Amino acid sequence: MSVDVGTVRRIASLARVKVEDAQAEALVGELNNILSWVEQLGELDTEGVPPMTSVVEMELPLRADAVTDGGVAEDIVKNAPDPSGRFFTVPKVVE
Amino acid sequence: MSLLQGTTGEWEMVIGLEVHAQVISNSKLFSGASTTFGAAPNSQVSIVDAAMPGMLPVLNRECVAQAIRTGLGLKAKINLVSVFERKNYFYPDLPQGYQISQYQHPIVGEGSILLDLDNGETREVGIERLHLEQDAGKSLHDQHPRKTFVDLNRSGVALMEIVSKPDMRSAEEVGAYLRKLRSILRYLGTCDGNMDEGSMRCDVNLSLRRPGGPLGTRTETKNVNSIRFVQQAIEAEARRQMEILEDGGSIEQETRLFDSRRGETRSMRSKEEAHDYRYFPDPDLLPLELEPAWVEDLKAALPELPDDKKARFMADFGLSAYDAGVLVAERANADFYEEVAKGRDAKLAANWVITNFFGALNASGKGLEEAPVTAAQLGGLLDLLADDTISGRIAKDVFEEMWESGKDAAVIVEEKGLKQITDTGAIEAAIAKVIADNPGQVEQYTSGANPKVIGWFVGQVMKATQGKANPGMVNQLLKKHLGG
Repeated sequence: MSVDVGTVRRIASLARVKVEDAQAEALVGELNNILSWVEQLGELDTEGVPPMTSVVEMELPLRADAVTDGGVAEDIVKNAPDPSGRFFTVPKVVE
Repeated sequence: MSLLQGTTGEWEMVIGLEVHAQVISNSKLFSGASTTFGAAPNSQVSIVDAAMPGMLPVLNRECVAQAIRTGLGLKAKINLVSVFERKNYFYPDLPQGYQISQYQHPIVGEGSILLDLDNGETREVGIERLHLEQDAGKSLHDQHPRKTFVDLNRSGVALMEIVSKPDMRSAEEVGAYLRKLRSILRYLGTCDGNMDEGSMRCDVNLSLRRPGGPLGTRTETKNVNSIRFVQQAIEAEARRQMEILEDGGSIEQETRLFDSRRGETRSMRSKEEAHDYRYFPDPDLLPLELEPAWVEDLKAALPELPDDKKARFMADFGLSAYDAGVLVAERANADFYEEVAKGRDAKLAANWVITNFFGALNASGKGLEEAPVTAAQLGGLLDLLADDTISGRIAKDVFEEMWESGKDAAVIVEEKGLKQITDTGAIEAAIAKVIADNPGQVEQYTSGANPKVIGWFVGQVMKATQGKANPGMVNQLLKKHLGG
């Protein structure tokens, strides 16, 4: 598996990462190196081996359905660049 | 099956639905913030919901139980292992930059739902899957000329996405599907089904084909928020696709929006690029493994669902499929009916509940809980009818009076002296007067020229007794006095 410069631009755009043209060329090489390194894993026979989801032997913890949080609207919007009252605001997005 | 008639022949609609149903729970899917609707902006947001760096999601056990209950109610396979994945896209009301959802391994697999169609027939529609996911926040576009305001109160509330198979063929079937799904969710108590408040939302996948032919290209119309609008959106989108196809064009697979004011769908191009969601298992969450015993416990505790209740009403009470269907659509209605019917004539009770009680309720625009007449009071009226204290005609008047005043039937009958006259002497006196006053009609009857005139006599006697005479006795005594 390898990527070309078009794919790199597309991935960057989907991730909202600004990539200049010169950088894109360099990233093609870097990403392909990473991909080919990871592809070495394909040499292992994993037939019938379930994917490992955790390095520790544990189950997904579940919590009780209780309201234990919230009521901190001031704090929630405190770091927002341009809050209005207790709303976040962003440049208008309309469909 | 309803086919569209085009200029080049007939077209068949192929429709599948994705319904997003907000789970009834106190707190959110992965955080302890409240889910109550309509709170002050950002007042029900935890730092998990606001996606502050380093915050970890912890799954709400009740939301999982609700998804399992819903799966069981849809007669679906419960998957004992399911996986939460990240669906990646950027939008202002999605602070994480991804939605935690389920993709390859949903908690609920294939099931089915039985539609009750207007003609009394039923039709099965397949359920493809049900998965759990987070809701997004809310964008408000009308607060400022150049800004969109964002409220994250809804962010992180649990949703069940319920995906049907493309088994529906008309707007009518889609309406029946949504009504039935909503009824099941409400019986189960897993979603309030309130489309106005957005706790049930619907995306419509629709394509056209020649009857029996290969499938066409589909479009997805997003976020239609009432059953009526869903049906309008389907009609509009089907018409649009038919016009394109008949002109020799082709349908573009795309996401569309329904504009309810214009009654048309339009393209939502901004979503196109975002369609590459790059799902991957959420590294913050282990796979969800269910204990089979837990699923069994939830199953054992399920309430009687609409289909079973309908079958029981038909078998035990001898109701028609239509009447039983009307009564079971809402659980509260069914409970009301059962209380009225208990120990009484079940068919008579069904007629009174459906025709008189629901009729009055609809006319007044009230909900069941605000009705001025209780089930016990309506039952009291039926008792007076059953033991011949009042006639059927008087019962209707008494019911109207009950609706106005909230008084018990027996009180009204007593106060207004509406007791049925079963005293032979009183009835015979009325009959004698009617006979004496109407020799012409008597002649018609006795000569055999018009035996049906007996009905007219019954009417006159009833009128003379203000409807209080027992009609059976009037009939019998009339025949005796007219020598019939």
